[in-house]
Amino acid sequence: MSITSSEIVDAAGVDTAAGAPPPGGGRRIPLPPLTPKLVVGSGLVAAFVLFGLLGPLVVQDPSAVNSIGMTPPSAEHLLGTTQTGQDVLAQLAYATRGSLLIGAIVGVLTLVLSAFFGVVGAYAGGLTDEAFSLLSNVMLVIPGLPLVIVISSYVPDKSILLVAFVLAITGWAGSARVLRGFTLSVRGRDYVLAARVAGERPWRVLVVEILPNLIPLLASQVVMAVIFAILGEAGLSFLGLGATGSFTWGTMLYYAQNGLALRLGAWWWFVPPGLAIAVFGAALSLVNYSIDEIINPKLRSQTRSERKGWRRSARTAAVATDPTEVAA
Amino acid sequence: MSAATQTSPAPTGTGRPPVLSIRDLSITYQTATPVHAVRDVSLELGRGEVLGLAGESGCGKSTLAYGVTRLLKPPAEVTSGTVEFHSREGYALDVMRMDGEELRQFRWSKISMVFQGAMNSLNPVKKVRDQLDDVLSTHRPDMSKAQRRTLCGELLERVGVDRNRLTAYPHELSGGMRQRVMIAMAMALDPQVMIMDEPTTALDVVVQREILQEISRLRDELGFAVMFITHDLPLLLEISDRIAVMREGRVVELADALTLYTNPQHEYTRTLLSSFPSLTGERGGFVRHGSRAVRPAAGVEEETA
Amino acid sequence: MTTLEVRDVVKEYRLRSGFRSTVLRAVDGVSFRLEPGRTTALVGQSGSGKSTVAKMLMHLERPTTGEILVDGARVRRGRRAEVAYRRRVQMVFQDPFGSLNPYHSIGHHLERPVRLHHPGLGDAEVRERVLGLLRRVRLDPAEAYAQRRPHELSGGQRQRVAIARALAPEPGILVADEPVSMLDVSIRLGVLNLLASLQEEDDLGVLYITHDLATARHFSDEILVMHQGRIVEGGPADDVILRPQHDYTKTLRAASPDPDRRLAELS
Repeated sequence: MSITSSEIVDAAGVDTAAGAPPPGGGRRIPLPPLTPKLVVGSGLVAAFVLFGLLGPLVVQDPSAVNSIGMTPPSAEHLLGTTQTGQDVLAQLAYATRGSLLIGAIVGVLTLVLSAFFGVVGAYAGGLTDEAFSLLSNVMLVIPGLPLVIVISSYVPDKSILLVAFVLAITGWAGSARVLRGFTLSVRGRDYVLAARVAGERPWRVLVVEILPNLIPLLASQVVMAVIFAILGEAGLSFLGLGATGSFTWGTMLYYAQNGLALRLGAWWWFVPPGLAIAVFGAALSLVNYSIDEIINPKLRSQTRSERKGWRRSARTAAVATDPTEVAA
Repeated sequence: MSAATQTSPAPTGTGRPPVLSIRDLSITYQTATPVHAVRDVSLELGRGEVLGLAGESGCGKSTLAYGVTRLLKPPAEVTSGTVEFHSREGYALDVMRMDGEELRQFRWSKISMVFQGAMNSLNPVKKVRDQLDDVLSTHRPDMSKAQRRTLCGELLERVGVDRNRLTAYPHELSGGMRQRVMIAMAMALDPQVMIMDEPTTALDVVVQREILQEISRLRDELGFAVMFITHDLPLLLEISDRIAVMREGRVVELADALTLYTNPQHEYTRTLLSSFPSLTGERGGFVRHGSRAVRPAAGVEEETA
Repeated sequence: MTTLEVRDVVKEYRLRSGFRSTVLRAVDGVSFRLEPGRTTALVGQSGSGKSTVAKMLMHLERPTTGEILVDGARVRRGRRAEVAYRRRVQMVFQDPFGSLNPYHSIGHHLERPVRLHHPGLGDAEVRERVLGLLRRVRLDPAEAYAQRRPHELSGGQRQRVAIARALAPEPGILVADEPVSMLDVSIRLGVLNLLASLQEEDDLGVLYITHDLATARHFSDEILVMHQGRIVEGGPADDVILRPQHDYTKTLRAASPDPDRRLAELS
């Protein structure tokens, strides 16, 4: 006898503390439910990744200067050319790779740093927790943009790696705090205590009992870090503080601005990178919402499609009786 | 169009005139596979009566309470039946047909509810006085601020909480006190029916006893009817006039408390009763000595599912 | 067969608010013995300190002063002594929904303690023991249950799994912290009966922590009443309930729902 029906019956305001993962069945790590949100989001992300990986292999040389100057899209240059005759589509392909690379590096670094300082600190407790928490708070308070500007001003020729590194350093603290809070709450739960009582070693308790519960939250934080990285890099590059020697969406916008693309109406130069940033950010956000639905299963049942399901079954179910619509 | 009609209601089995008549009420949760939470429930609550609603989790007692007070949220839906409220002024209201302003006035001033986990229903960032004040200012706009203030103080004293706790925040009060504040809020508008959903479950036995005594005293003083919902059958046996036992959405037995205890008719009632070992008496073969294991009385099902 | 003795145990917590700090004495000089084959009930309301006593028995907290002796000897420091202690003293938690990790299968929950405390066993033997434990708590067919996740089981079944997990190291002492208070009423007795029969089979010493006087009376040999960190009364179950000496015990008894009393009043 499962508890599902009593969970539903108690849904009228009473909180049943089941906290169960979604019907992922026998899988060890639960996957988000397949909603249109998730399909669209991950589809777009996959498309961008493919473009970034394979695009540079099939397009022209993005740095090849041409004397034709700024030209609108044509058969030869599908997205037109820049002020110096460079092919915009080619640049876009390389820029996608560059931006995704920054996103990936920042994502991984944020994951490692925030997991270490947040999770390990909270689990260890005592002085370690205090020290790590202090460090996170200090890093959080230090203003990110000025710090980046200062670092950037010391290094004239910034590579993509440096930009990614700087973004990661300024961005991990927020995630660390969130993870710390969550770990502190999981640490006190009965099943963690039960594992300790059974005699498990501390590191095993951390890895086997606590971490699996953190995976959805970690995933969400990493995705947010990637979004932050891409937008941050775009902002930095636009200000001229980014990896101006490499191709990223941000640097494309920077050069487009310098080349007076907006004033001259050369939409094919700045719209593609801008649109790429916006669409990719939106796609990642959609994926993030889907992950949120694992963390908080209640979000699942409130979507519009779910509600439509209610009305439909209500109409088919109550036929003979007079269905008095109860106001919410 | 008003839902009120002039009727003179027939007396209930207890000899009291009914204040709430529930007839063939069915509530369904319209999810992918519909869940029939309440099935054809018919109950009459007499004026000033304490009716106990007993059952385990999932039997539909909370859903029934929410249905009667029109607090159900989708996907829950009343699929059939009527609920009639017989006001002491002499008219009857069809609860399911009310809407808008009429419903708003009905709720809390005619029927009020103390929810499950009510202790945690208080707003943690507002003082107790402000929360009580909210209730009064919403439903009695003609009262002045000073009058409201006085009434808040009276309400608290009525439930046995000192008046100077008005300026306290919820976290400064103990669990028992918070529960009394919730009861005070439910009583603020002098309702004729109070529905209490597991009001003492999270409280200590001693505090629980105090709260129950408080409720009994108030009931004697003000004459409201109480529908007391809980799984704790011995508790109901002590305070209720009549008890309805619910299982899987249906009322399987309805009798006065003593008859239910001494002569239960339905098998489920017997099972439920035998799940509570007697504090002072002997009951079947439940006594355990030394290392001899306890033998359950006949009728107790071992959970095998 | 293990004896556990608690001697004058005190637990103080330091509560900080701003720069000031106060000391809270959750447990104030508690002493009792747990012996094989006997159930001792620790009855108290919330805030009485009974949960703190449980935590100290399980080494989740350390007593400020006082000792906990196993078979008359103090527990030494160090990993090996800890593991040995945990092998002999185990706990059943209160919350059937919280004491099992939603990410792991039932089999995993039982395998871990078996492996930890019987290190020499091979995979097949571990598996056999896990299935055996499930059958002991009457979860049959064991193979099917071992694969399931906690959310697929009902509250009563989960609590049985929790009991099976506690029995995996083959302990001598079982601390049951309100084992049935979060279960549905009609299955409580089933679980308590299971505990009683397991106790008889394994000759366990059981500490039954509860706030419910009625089940305490029927399932234990001895009752200890705790109030504000102290044991105010202790003795054979029937004596404490039917002939209470201390004022607080009398208050508790009067406050507990007792339909027989109303029946007597009315007839």
